[in-house]
Amino acid sequence: MKTSEERPCADKRPGNYALLLALLVTVVASFAFLGIDLGALVGGDSLSQMGRYAGNFFNPDFSAPHLLAIGQGALETLAMSAIGTLLAALLGLLLALPAAGRFGWLALSGSRLLLNALRAIPELVWAALVVLAAGLGPNAGTLALALHTTGVLGRLFAEALENTPSEPAEAIRLSGGGHVAAFCYGTLPAVWPQLIAYSLYRWENNIRMASVLGFVGAGGLGQMLYVSLSLFQQAQAATVILAMLILVLGVDAFSGWVRQRWVSA
Amino acid sequence: MSVSLNGVGLTHANGQVALSEIDLQVKIGERVAIIGPSGAGKTSLLRLLASNLQPSSGQIHLLGQQPWRLGARQRQQLRARIGLIHQAPPLPPRQRVVTAVLAGKLGQWSLGKSLLNLLHPLDIPGAQAALARLDLADKLFERCDQLSGGQLQRVGIARVLYQAPELILADEPVSAMDPVLAGHTLSVLNEEVSRRGMTLLASLHAVELALAHFPRIIGVREGRIVFDLPPAAIGANALDALYANEQLPAVPASAAPAPVSVQIPRC
Amino acid sequence: MLNPLPRDPAALPRLALTLLAVLLLWPGLVLSELNLALLFDEQNAANMGRFLADFWPLAQDREFLRLLGRATLETLAIATAGMTLALLIAIPGALLASRALSLSALYRGGRPAWWAQALRWPVRGLLIVLRSVPEIVWALLFVRAVGLGPTAGVLAIAITYSGMLGKVYAEIFESVDPRPSRALLIAGSPRLAAFAYGILPNAGAEMLSYTVYRWECAIRASVVMGFVGAGGLGQQIDLSMRMFAGGEVASMLLTFLLLVLLADQLSRLLRARLL
Repeated sequence: MKTSEERPCADKRPGNYALLLALLVTVVASFAFLGIDLGALVGGDSLSQMGRYAGNFFNPDFSAPHLLAIGQGALETLAMSAIGTLLAALLGLLLALPAAGRFGWLALSGSRLLLNALRAIPELVWAALVVLAAGLGPNAGTLALALHTTGVLGRLFAEALENTPSEPAEAIRLSGGGHVAAFCYGTLPAVWPQLIAYSLYRWENNIRMASVLGFVGAGGLGQMLYVSLSLFQQAQAATVILAMLILVLGVDAFSGWVRQRWVSA
Repeated sequence: MSVSLNGVGLTHANGQVALSEIDLQVKIGERVAIIGPSGAGKTSLLRLLASNLQPSSGQIHLLGQQPWRLGARQRQQLRARIGLIHQAPPLPPRQRVVTAVLAGKLGQWSLGKSLLNLLHPLDIPGAQAALARLDLADKLFERCDQLSGGQLQRVGIARVLYQAPELILADEPVSAMDPVLAGHTLSVLNEEVSRRGMTLLASLHAVELALAHFPRIIGVREGRIVFDLPPAAIGANALDALYANEQLPAVPASAAPAPVSVQIPRC
Repeated sequence: MLNPLPRDPAALPRLALTLLAVLLLWPGLVLSELNLALLFDEQNAANMGRFLADFWPLAQDREFLRLLGRATLETLAIATAGMTLALLIAIPGALLASRALSLSALYRGGRPAWWAQALRWPVRGLLIVLRSVPEIVWALLFVRAVGLGPTAGVLAIAITYSGMLGKVYAEIFESVDPRPSRALLIAGSPRLAAFAYGILPNAGAEMLSYTVYRWECAIRASVVMGFVGAGGLGQQIDLSMRMFAGGEVASMLLTFLLLVLLADQLSRLLRARLL
């Protein structure tokens, strides 16, 4: 930042101190407002109670039927995230075309508004809404993921489309090709690697999300965890958490490897 | 009559006059070279003939039809009968040569066939034949970004040959090739055009090539036709007058494709 | 030409890829039980229609607005308090996990001894576990441990975000110019002093910027965590949804959007100011 270097430091300092003071006041006010008594939390009886509760988790249930159920839940989670991302990629591309300004400004602002609205509401809130509309189960989770991800991917896709050179598609139009053919032959070859990269990135994120959407009844590992915690089966819950951890770490490692192997090479 | 322009003028959106009072008749089967200094309006003229640009004044007939009196659908059908060879062929870098060549016939194929062809090339022999004429048959399955500029230009020519239009418009089709290859490529193009009875209009920067390969030469300067003669009738004086005080405009650099980067903060 | 009809070399791989995609997609579709028709099922559609029709007019009676204001403040407070606690864990964690202050690295061209690396691993592993379990899982666990309410949310944010901040801080420490801190360490200054004088001046701006960005994320997270009972706006949205009170849900979603927008602007302003 050039401008801040040119100015002498002194005239920015009082402002910064005031800012820090304001931050400090905000922090203190937050704790006061919430009425969290950290002393009571760590002191006395409650800490040992929490310790006993936590102790139950260090005895995970590795019995075969439970592991089988967890495998099923993990597969369900993977399927939800994959199908949700795929749906979102298709819908996102469909919405990205008007959002990249291909059908006039009215369609542009309309589709942008829709994409922003889809994106602004978190997956979990969508899941709660879809569970109301379509009932419990992985179907709701898939749709919720698809709705939010459509907003995210649609915006990214629209940007990618805007940055793609238009000459190849125009050349196809000039030799008599239709709009769809011009898009598939002129625009898609240049953007599809980017579209795939964005979708894969989002899928990675969605696996994480899919494993917790079950908390509002949308299937997958989350629903198992919620049920076992509600039934005070800490041993079973611990295994589910372990499975989630492995899923997340596995996806992280895999995507890191893929990126290093194919994207940066 | 293949091409007929009557008093055609073209003014760009920024008010710059590109062409004025162009009268030009080209019969079916004729081969015409357009020469002139940079910025004379050669490319604008070809874009006009490709129905890429709409004239601001005058009348334009292409293959017996007035493109700007037609509906969008019929205009696309007319465009399928006209092939434009670009100076820098706009081919997506990741597209394979075979797909790029087969894309020439998109105006004639149904949508279903076009989309199927994207998954699996449907007319490999056709693409190969077109490429073989230009000595590129071995590049059939390479990607466009692995070819040199001259090779890309030849792929662009092969695409238009595969399209088999009635009228071929070529905008500096051999500018990125060395002189020997350029001459060879031009004679191949001319042979094909004569053999199939097509009409050819080509703008060329190299005057010698134009004089050697074309029976009719049109000189363009400052948006007007200066002469329209057979090569034998063009003297040194006419050429000197055509290219007097040529100003070299800055060559617009073609934008490199943006590298794929995924940098989205995770929340 | 020896081979007049060359075969497309990409045909087989493409066919294989397509088959693979179908093979993977089919169980995916079955497992995810995708059924769009369910949305348009007569009864579901009618229910949903009634719920959505309730969205307008927005709920705005005095009682509800007071509740909404309180929930919004609670959300902000959860994010801020959670971030503060996260910082208390993240900074020591980052100092322990980072190679930047390694004494043994001084004499080995920047590579710490194997035992020094081995000692850092438990801390790194802890940070990884803290941030790899999603915050909402922590929230659910804490709701069971300390009861419904904002305390669970604060603790969940503190735990997850300490893992994230700790990792990023450690990376920032290692990415700044190591020479000032090495010079100090070689001159015999204690590690904390070497950190404060050698690393912090260079790393401070980046750390602050990332912290503010995370605070913005924490606001979103605290809303989401409300759905499992960790207080704030999310809990109220969940309650109103269960009661099918469309107007209240709409008001709160709108508030949430405004809050996120505001946090985004504030975070941008703070980062511009502090950098």
